[in-house]
Amino acid sequence: MDFQLDQQHEMARALFKEFAEKEVKPHAIDVDETEEFPIETVKKMQKFGFMGIPIPKEYGGQGCDPLTYAMCVEELAKVCGTTAVIVSAHTSLCCDPIMTYGTEEQKQKYLVPLAKGEKLGAFGLTEPMAGTDAQGVQTKAVLTEDGKEWILNGSKCFITNGEVADVYIIIAYTDIVEDKKGRKQKKFSAFIVEKGTPGFTFGTKENKMGIRGSSTYELIFQDCHIPAENLLGARGKGFNIAMHTLDGGRIGIAAQALGIAEGALDRTVEYVKERKQFGRSIGAFQNTQFQLANMATQCEAARLLVYQAADAKKNQAYYGVEAAKAKLFAAEVAMDVTTKAVQLHGGYGYIREYEVERMMRDAKITEIYEGTSEVQRMVISGALLK
Amino acid sequence: MKIVVCIKQVPDTKGGVKFKPDGTLDRGAMLAIMNPDDKAGLEAALRLKDQYGAEVTVLTMGLPKAEAVLREAFAMGADKGILVTDRVLGGADTWATSSTIAGAIRNLDYDLIITGRQAIDGDTAQVGPQISEHLNLPVISYAEEIKVDEKAMTVEVKRQFEDRYHIVKAKMPCLITALSELNEPRYMTPGGIFDAFEKEVTVWGRADLKDVDDSNLGLKGSPTQIAKASDKVKKGQGEKVVLDSADEAVEYLMGKLVEKHIV
Repeated sequence: MDFQLDQQHEMARALFKEFAEKEVKPHAIDVDETEEFPIETVKKMQKFGFMGIPIPKEYGGQGCDPLTYAMCVEELAKVCGTTAVIVSAHTSLCCDPIMTYGTEEQKQKYLVPLAKGEKLGAFGLTEPMAGTDAQGVQTKAVLTEDGKEWILNGSKCFITNGEVADVYIIIAYTDIVEDKKGRKQKKFSAFIVEKGTPGFTFGTKENKMGIRGSSTYELIFQDCHIPAENLLGARGKGFNIAMHTLDGGRIGIAAQALGIAEGALDRTVEYVKERKQFGRSIGAFQNTQFQLANMATQCEAARLLVYQAADAKKNQAYYGVEAAKAKLFAAEVAMDVTTKAVQLHGGYGYIREYEVERMMRDAKITEIYEGTSEVQRMVISGALLK
Repeated sequence: MKIVVCIKQVPDTKGGVKFKPDGTLDRGAMLAIMNPDDKAGLEAALRLKDQYGAEVTVLTMGLPKAEAVLREAFAMGADKGILVTDRVLGGADTWATSSTIAGAIRNLDYDLIITGRQAIDGDTAQVGPQISEHLNLPVISYAEEIKVDEKAMTVEVKRQFEDRYHIVKAKMPCLITALSELNEPRYMTPGGIFDAFEKEVTVWGRADLKDVDDSNLGLKGSPTQIAKASDKVKKGQGEKVVLDSADEAVEYLMGKLVEKHIV
């Protein structure tokens, strides 16, 4: 067991850190304030290969391992939660399922431009009536009689990279079967849908608490015809594809949560050294010291779980439990550490300029999206009790 | 076109400068980076590579750990890397350093040599021009812009000169020293980093240097030696003067400037 990063990973971290500090951090307050998607930053990330880190080179990616990708999301999240989730949703939720389940033609047509960053990806599972309970999905896909097209009807909500993406992985039900007890069960399939397909439009843009620059939209499908060859994976296997995709996505979100926590800790360490009360820096008070010690220990523990999950994705066929543990823990650490960071900043912590309040708002979503903390607990305990 | 870029691993001065008790830099206690002017030189070479398909070789002299800057250069897009390292080369001043690097470059085919203007640790700005002297090449220093005419095999350089500039043209092969203002160096790519560690770094020692006499190498071959180094001397508090009129203030200031022999 080796807890030391090798030189390659150290150099990659240095790269992500430098990029985050120089190119992302200066815009983080504005991105939050204006809710504007940071398109210029995404273009720069495209130029330097950040949009396809774990995708093999033959498909336009960088050919790196999941740990390198997780470190990229982590370093971005230290300075801007929005930028981190753009990379995470694009890579884990769109590139990864095409890489895993796509045909060679689908990879050439969609994955190559996605991994090069020429196109941006998104993923749609959640609906107004279906979040944790996937059976609630109402979006339906019907194969035309000639078998050449699927007709998609329904809507998806809370979709990250919503309006700005070019390629979407959409989960819809394609069949209804009876289970052993005679209950009707929907069978799902996954589809690759391109922006601009007739019948595919955007609904409401969500006004969010945090990650405000990420473009979160409702997707609407009204008699949206998509070519039969855009079925991703086998018909009826969409639920498995979605769950497997989310296992990977959770590593990205865990890395985002970790980065947010670390970013808040860094800011707090700087602040308590400078802020003076009763004639000395507040870092000289034992309460501050003990809080910081807890925050640093939490971050370190989260980092080990996140890196372990990334390593499991590289080496194991199934890594869902590791990913769930990493996301559960890192998200709760992010919430706790950012809340403490605001408290240690006192009144200034409540002011936007000081950024820890943004980090606290950004942290909250990591306990909710790509499976709530409760869902992660279900996954973990399910594996224990099976 | 073949380009050799000379780069140096230097201590990162951003986190403050640390000294050993004897007054020399404590390089071990500071993070190491690629010298900023050299990085701009490398970027200039990589742009010529993008434009003309040039082959870029990076060369560094230093301790074995200086290999890290060659890996970084690979990750940015350099093709070949040479590390010149040998105990007998240690303690070199600018003369011995330039003699060593020239000795290494004599083994190579090149059309253009690019070095940084100066390194942030020594700040001499001597090594680049000295290399050109050793190799009997024209030199254009302080390059702000570089244009290459591949057909005529010439370079045209906008050379910084105080508050203005010169446009200097030279035939290749020649040597150019680059300013960090020359460009914004590209980032490495994540995949480039992993590839960089797969690439082979050529390691040369004293025996590989061509046409260099031992008397010009290492500490023994260095005509200059550092007697003492110190951190910046802290400035005093200064003097606050309140005067009634602008004329009086001007008179006072002029008096001070004359007193200190500035005017």
